[in-house]
Amino acid sequence: MSATAEGPVLDIRGLRVTFTGGARPVRAVDDVSLAIARGEVVALLGESGSGKSVTLRSVLRLHPPRKTRIEGTIRVDGTDVMTLEGAALAAFRGKGASMIFQEPMLALDPVYSVGDQIVEAILRHERMSRAQARQRALEWFEHVRIPSPERRLEAYPHEMSGGMRQRAMIALALACNPKLLLADEPTTALDATVQVQILLLLRELQRELGLSMLFVTHDIGVAVEVADRIAVMYAGRIVEIGSVRDVIRTPRHPYTAGLLATRAHGGRLSGNRLPAIAGSPPDLANLPPGCAFAPRCGHAGESCMHEAPPVVAIGAGHEARCVLLKTAA
Amino acid sequence: MAALLEVRGLVKNFPVRTDLFGRVKSFVSAVDEVDFDLHEGETLGVVGESGCGKSTTARLLLHLIEPTAGTIRFEGRTVGTAELPWKAFRRQVQMVFQDSYASLNPRLTVAESIAFGPMVHGLSRREAEARANALLERVGLEPNRIAGRFTHELSGGQRQRVNIARALALHPRVLVLDEAVSALDKSVEAQVLNLLLDLKEEFRLTYLFISHDLEVVRFMATRVLVMYLGRVAELGPTEALYTGSRHPYTTALLGSLLSMDPDRRTDAAPISGDPPNPIDPPAGCRFHTRCASAEPVCAARHPALTVLGGGHAVACHMSEPGSGHSRAAGRAA
Repeated sequence: MSATAEGPVLDIRGLRVTFTGGARPVRAVDDVSLAIARGEVVALLGESGSGKSVTLRSVLRLHPPRKTRIEGTIRVDGTDVMTLEGAALAAFRGKGASMIFQEPMLALDPVYSVGDQIVEAILRHERMSRAQARQRALEWFEHVRIPSPERRLEAYPHEMSGGMRQRAMIALALACNPKLLLADEPTTALDATVQVQILLLLRELQRELGLSMLFVTHDIGVAVEVADRIAVMYAGRIVEIGSVRDVIRTPRHPYTAGLLATRAHGGRLSGNRLPAIAGSPPDLANLPPGCAFAPRCGHAGESCMHEAPPVVAIGAGHEARCVLLKTAA
Repeated sequence: MAALLEVRGLVKNFPVRTDLFGRVKSFVSAVDEVDFDLHEGETLGVVGESGCGKSTTARLLLHLIEPTAGTIRFEGRTVGTAELPWKAFRRQVQMVFQDSYASLNPRLTVAESIAFGPMVHGLSRREAEARANALLERVGLEPNRIAGRFTHELSGGQRQRVNIARALALHPRVLVLDEAVSALDKSVEAQVLNLLLDLKEEFRLTYLFISHDLEVVRFMATRVLVMYLGRVAELGPTEALYTGSRHPYTTALLGSLLSMDPDRRTDAAPISGDPPNPIDPPAGCRFHTRCASAEPVCAARHPALTVLGGGHAVACHMSEPGSGHSRAAGRAA
């Protein structure tokens, strides 16, 4: 155990996830490697079908095993997640790593009070009495700033507002002090004024507790608010990774650059046309042989259509998967 | 300038609880006393959080649900009367919904979906299908490849283009776009927004553009209407409103926009809590429970929509002369 103290909390290497349930196998995640240091927040940014949520769910092994082929390794604080089975896997979920979902209404059980659900989770992982677990649940409710927490522990999910439910889910996810927090678009279903509150809460808790976090989002603005580093995914691959500043200010992959340019931010483009990325994301069951972005890329050359692009290091910790960067370097 | 569309005193209450004998006990006040004009050629953006009544307003406008009260006038004629029956009105005003999949019939091909409306309104099948093909071309879809397909065979962006083509099939003058790009990925959203701008110029359309995305509304709209819990909070020209909002709710909403700048992260939430339940909403100003500047008058009385000049109007006691709020001006001279 001591050997892992200095290592990354999350270490994903060569992750490849293929769904085999349909007519044709779908390669949802391809050759993803990612490490998260202790106390670090990495945002996994991408559009629908980019593989960001599939990557996240793989860490908890949430994919149905009979219809999914997972290759590569995932280690959380030294534990090889791929080899966990049965009781060991159940013990890992919630304690080794836990997850906040997009829709707390669907993630929470509607027939138990929120307090009971947190107590159950704590008792599953910790050796303590029900009264002690209840006390810990109350402390977490105070921590995530739920007003009148004692009364709220008795509430059922449908009796809470959207923002309150998301706070309760954060309390549930953190109740057993997991080593790694996974967040799957936790603010996407919330209104703007509530989203800011939840983002600020997550950031505060992260700092206070030194949480390591993998945060999946489709919203660049959200990624900028919470993350230390951003990994941009497209068609199952990480196409660019770097510090938030590097990726936002000097994006090097044409997809990242296009995504940033296409945002109507601050009214600067009002009345003009947006510089849109043409086309739509590729079919994952039928990926082009070369760079998956090439058919939509304004800079694509002949080689982009045939060769898988290499990972090119651009600066300290800044990498992108693009042939053009190689010739420039 | 006379308005193309005038909405006055629009009210919708949904019954939510009935007693043992089916008598209604309480209501959701979804839309309450909403007035606005839509001018020819403009894009009026409607913003607000979930439950603020923006989608209900759109549905009331097209009479997809029965209003509790209120009138709608189109070019001076009252809609739903002998002056202008609903069917004739709907030729002029069409709608695009958020869920591109649910709003198309899965048993019809793309061409049949688009041709359906014109056929109901009297075109022959051949004419209607020719029109469908022309419109598909216009919204950036190849008729040869797309016309015969079913909706589940299309991507989200393609489906929303089909919905736009269908909305245009009757040559309407107004499009009501209810979160029309919200379900799309950012890279596809930009394409559809550009398409909407092109179509607006080409067919000289007027848009009512409803969205929860303040950046998108700023990009699209000439004027913006801000709603909160069923009421109009503020209304004004887009840039005046975005740079000089007067309603504390508008200011909070704009303050919730994320900066996109790693060196200027948000450090405090502009308001706390969630919007209250629209069942039995707060008395007086509906925002007073979350407003930092609220005073007793705010809980007692609903603020009137006060015109500030330049087409900017706000429903706030602080901007209403003589309202009794300490920050309001004295009684108007």
